[in-house]
Amino acid sequence: MLWDAWDKGADWLSIKFLTSFPSRFPEEAGIKSALMGSIWLMVLTAIMSIPMGIGSAVYLEEYARKSILTQLIELNISNLAGVPSIVYGILGLALFVRGLNMERSLISGALTLTLLILPIIIISSREAIRAVPSSIRDASYALGATKWQTISYHVLPAAIPGILTGNILALSRAIGEAAPLLMIGALTFIAFTPESIFDPFTALPIQIFNWASRPQAEFQYLAAAAILVLLALLMTMNAAAIIIRNKYQKNLKW
Amino acid sequence: MDRLRIQRIRELAIEKTLFLCALVSVLTTMGIVLVLVFETLSFFEEVPILEFLTGTTWAPSFRPQHFGVLPLINGTLMIALGAAVIALPLGIASAIYLSEYAKPGVKAVVKPVLEILAGIPTVVYGYFAISFITPLIREVVPGTNIFNAASASIVVGIMILPMVSSLSEDAMRSVPGALREGAYALGSTKFDVSTKIVVPAALSGIIASFILAISRAIGETMAVTLAAGATAKMTLNFFESIQTMTAYIVQVSLGDTPYGSIEYRTIFAVGAVLFVMTFIMNIASMWIKNRYREVYT
Amino acid sequence: MTTVIKTINLNAWYGEKLALIDVNTEIEENKITAIIGPSGCGKSTFIRCLNRMNDLVDIFRYEGEIIVDNININDIEPEALRKNVGMVFQKPNPFPKSIYDNIAFGPKIQGVKDKGELDSIVEQSLKKAALWDEVKDRLKDSALGLSGGQQQRLCIARTVAVEPEIILFDEPCSALDPISTSKIEDLMIELKKKYTIVIVTHNMQQAARASDYTAFFLDGKLIEFGDTKQLFRKPVEKSTEDYIIGRFG
Repeated sequence: MLWDAWDKGADWLSIKFLTSFPSRFPEEAGIKSALMGSIWLMVLTAIMSIPMGIGSAVYLEEYARKSILTQLIELNISNLAGVPSIVYGILGLALFVRGLNMERSLISGALTLTLLILPIIIISSREAIRAVPSSIRDASYALGATKWQTISYHVLPAAIPGILTGNILALSRAIGEAAPLLMIGALTFIAFTPESIFDPFTALPIQIFNWASRPQAEFQYLAAAAILVLLALLMTMNAAAIIIRNKYQKNLKW
Repeated sequence: MDRLRIQRIRELAIEKTLFLCALVSVLTTMGIVLVLVFETLSFFEEVPILEFLTGTTWAPSFRPQHFGVLPLINGTLMIALGAAVIALPLGIASAIYLSEYAKPGVKAVVKPVLEILAGIPTVVYGYFAISFITPLIREVVPGTNIFNAASASIVVGIMILPMVSSLSEDAMRSVPGALREGAYALGSTKFDVSTKIVVPAALSGIIASFILAISRAIGETMAVTLAAGATAKMTLNFFESIQTMTAYIVQVSLGDTPYGSIEYRTIFAVGAVLFVMTFIMNIASMWIKNRYREVYT
Repeated sequence: MTTVIKTINLNAWYGEKLALIDVNTEIEENKITAIIGPSGCGKSTFIRCLNRMNDLVDIFRYEGEIIVDNININDIEPEALRKNVGMVFQKPNPFPKSIYDNIAFGPKIQGVKDKGELDSIVEQSLKKAALWDEVKDRLKDSALGLSGGQQQRLCIARTVAVEPEIILFDEPCSALDPISTSKIEDLMIELKKKYTIVIVTHNMQQAARASDYTAFFLDGKLIEFGDTKQLFRKPVEKSTEDYIIGRFG
């Protein structure tokens, strides 16, 4: 599969491809707006989803007592992780684009992606927090530390490598998503880079979808080239996650 | 003791904030359900629910309009079936291999490859389907439509393969070694142990992984939109163009459908069917996994 | 002779399970009180009541009164109580941080910010725990690099650093070798000059060697409580004698 994309796309990869806007003419087309859009989306989504996801995970692991409500929240999170991404797109369309009048903007896209990856972030962060031995918590409490002091001084620092790994993987999922963005109306032909979070936008997977759905062979090659860029981006993120995980495992000896 | 008082207030504020974070996920679900219910109900004001659920023609943008969702469900289930035919046997075989046969060295290669496979964006699978698999099928089966269910089924099958494999492997690995040793002590071969001891003992986990993977196939969007076509019809021919529920939703949202029109509302009605189907399967998967989990200590 | 800890009709439950039954004790200042008894007799539950560590267990509850320094422990914040009633655990549990940070954490959360003051607390605490000479050149190294016995003494230093009045030891030597164990015992005898010490132990010799008073628990009940020498030499209760001479447990 990789070879197929490489075979067709490699020749089309160039600096010009990265720095040009999309065009009707395959030779002139590039992915500047899509790449910028994806980067914007990634940053915005990270800013919103990571604190909220870690916050939920901390609440569920450290604060929540066993009750009907927490069981409901837990059941609900594992369920949300299995909801098709396009359904999030429908929610984003009704809630952010229409309901809150955010239009077809970056912020609508980022909010939709945030809801999409939140369950993944919560689940992986909870695992990382659970892996911190309870003897560390006991030690901290026994010295007179409050719950939050215990969490912020000891639990989170010990869990952060694991949390980071999971969060990066969740973000890389967000970066590859096309369906929900199509739903909320990311445009496929945008000849400018977004300046603010309320601007319309496109993203790499959308651009790939657009090119791949055209019959002309040249556009297929463009799609392949854009796929190479997207995969390179994802590989980098995955590599970062793996490096963090390995470093963590080396230091892990309680 | 002023410091302690301030501390207490701060602690409480932090706890409440974190609780609100946890609540977002509940609100998300409520949001999804409310949006789908609300819009679907207003869709049913114009289209009788019976016609929607039993009609065999789906033509919302032609006159006369038809709103029978069965062709879309038909298309969706074809993809799910095709993907299952590919992913389930391969998935369970690779899980058995990884859990029972593979040496650590092989595992160290195969597992990351499966992980990478799972991390590839679905739009890339879609490209792969139309640029590689479809031409291949057309060589073998002349007369195949350029958009066809077979090609999409194959890539969706590849897509859900890692899920079946890794979840089934987890289930098999949690079967205690003592059970295997018991069987070996009676003179069983490795194959016997794998198929007669390990797989039955891990069956609930394996079935749960199947259901979850099929649910994923049903909800899959980009690959089927690109490869399976946009022709909603009642067929069982894998070499024709079809349309799934997800591909229809994308099709509508790509066009210039006026907000509030009946066509716009079809998104939500079809989305509701999709949501209910996947929701039931996810719950069933979880239930089976928990209900029939053998407790080994 | 002053009583610092007093429990009155203490009953405790984990869920439906009754773990302590009508426990009445008076624990004396600047003495070492050993708690002995077979596994599951409630001795750990008992000392975890004294600094409200059991509060962290969802299903735990108790009835009766626990008085520390003439105050019912429910009338003060658990954090303030735990600062005053320190605890050393069964397995050494240093924070995965430097030796220095392990000790400085307690004073820091009590509001000590001055670097010089922290430095001197760290030094004093390590000296009190007889660890200073072994680690003074590597305060910035990870505490996880220390041996088990050193880690346990670090945990004692960490506890001492917040200046408690009482220190609870929950089987502090069960994970240590004999040499480290005797170091910890010597240390406890040294520490009782300034602190009141309660130690849970499995090891009868340890109780006999190090403690002034001994309490024997069985099935959640306090069977016998008295002067250590007397209890070991001439136990009043039959079951105490059976346990001490090793007939069960």
